[in-house]
Amino acid sequence: MAAALPPPQRLSAPIVPDAAMSSDDRIKAQLMTARDLGRTLDRMAQQIIERFDPEAAASPADTFALVGLQTRGVHLARRLQRRIETQTGRELPLGLLDVTMYRDDVRLRLEQPEIQTTRIPFDVTDRELVLVDDVVFTGRTGRAALDALMDRGRPATIQFLTIIDRQHRELPISVDIVGREVPTLPGEEVRVRVTEVDEEDGVWLVNAPASRPTADDGR
Amino acid sequence: MAASKSSAALDRPDALRHQHLLDLSSYEADEIQYLLDTAQEFREVLDRPIRQVPTLQGTSVASLFFEPSTRTKLSFNLAAGRLSAETVSLSKASSSVTKGETLKDTARNVEAMKVDVVVLRHPSPGAPHFLARCTDSVILNAGDGAHAHPTQALLDVLTMRTHVDSLEGLNVSIIGDITHSRVARSNVQALTTLGAAVTLCGPETMLPVEMEAAMDVRTTTRLDEALDGCDIAMALRIQMERQNAGLFPSTREYHRQFGITANHLRRHPDLLIMHPGPVNRGIELTDAVVDHERSIILSQVTNGVALRMAVLYVLAPRRDGA
Repeated sequence: MAAALPPPQRLSAPIVPDAAMSSDDRIKAQLMTARDLGRTLDRMAQQIIERFDPEAAASPADTFALVGLQTRGVHLARRLQRRIETQTGRELPLGLLDVTMYRDDVRLRLEQPEIQTTRIPFDVTDRELVLVDDVVFTGRTGRAALDALMDRGRPATIQFLTIIDRQHRELPISVDIVGREVPTLPGEEVRVRVTEVDEEDGVWLVNAPASRPTADDGR
Repeated sequence: MAASKSSAALDRPDALRHQHLLDLSSYEADEIQYLLDTAQEFREVLDRPIRQVPTLQGTSVASLFFEPSTRTKLSFNLAAGRLSAETVSLSKASSSVTKGETLKDTARNVEAMKVDVVVLRHPSPGAPHFLARCTDSVILNAGDGAHAHPTQALLDVLTMRTHVDSLEGLNVSIIGDITHSRVARSNVQALTTLGAAVTLCGPETMLPVEMEAAMDVRTTTRLDEALDGCDIAMALRIQMERQNAGLFPSTREYHRQFGITANHLRRHPDLLIMHPGPVNRGIELTDAVVDHERSIILSQVTNGVALRMAVLYVLAPRRDGA
């Protein structure tokens, strides 16, 4: 039954903290189709809009911002931005964040993770930030992202949004907006794929061979 | 450690396949590009209110400078500090020990200090290579005699890359005392590896003829020829102490033949100017050229910190237990 998946985009690339599909992955279940993912994003955009204060004089574009975690969080954040703009006519500022420099395991890995672009084109101080990632697992990426954002100022709030919560947290990091909770077993991984980098949309539960350092370990 | 490193490198053709940065002769294009790409991302840290990240916490970096340097030393220490590494400095007070003994002593001191990374500047060519053979630390060459200055060349190339579309086919002229310049040698290696065409220009006494064949470059003793069709001109510092060695008659004579002036910039409307510093104003470049909008000298300095952050990040040793 198990089918080998098409090879990921950059097999030779250094480990990056995201859920790139590996050619060694064996699919166990599809958790979301492209349509499911689209509907989940619709609902999440709605949940963000509900946080806008209709009484406030300032536009949400001046008080809110989306911050996507490299790599897939960036694309998901961009899609949320578009949905929010379509519904409210407000374009929230969008930041890109790579947390590699803040990871607690960066010196433990045999290979140095590649550093990707960070661009936060707004002042975070006093802003309501929505941190967007594809999967939350141990909470270590979330911790690193919080530190990275705090080094830029003092946000009013930071909400954490993820498509999948795999549970098994190792740090006290909670998720505020979640697509689906999926308690995973040892050896299982969750792969969120987005057309921008993976040629298809959807979420899969896979068995990843333990021999290979998987893309989202330590997540 | 070394064995596991090389086997990991085999799985990842785009990673750095080196443990040290001694010179650029064995660095391939993808490795240089990887360092430049990483440096590009570190530029972002330098533009923030808090210019520090915790990445290299617990890593110790020793700078051993056996030759005077302000810029390179400052730049390396700043880079290490921005990455939260711990830095120690050891400058050699002028003493009478012979070079061989000094290096062995250095190696022993380094071993005793248990540092992870050693940044070494030394007057003897090959000193970093020697140190790399006899210690377990990662060695970064910050200039060894007239041999190599790899981080300077990498930051130069990074600066060029931010100002031009592509390094491939770019025409770069390096003007000055080529014979004694480790900056020129390392730049030639980096630039030719990345597909740029290099012209070396200087007085005959400072222009080794054998370099043309050995390093795949063009040489000329005429500045006009060097600037013809040139995209970027890099002037090298004239060492004042060489004046007494009879290599050129006078600094004024040198300026007349090899100094770049506003006239040259007018004649070559797209020419960019670089200089590894410190500039002798009025000799290699006139005031007007140093301060010209097409002079990208200060951008070299900023890139120096980002580039050295990248080198430290990529080469700092992993902790055991990975």
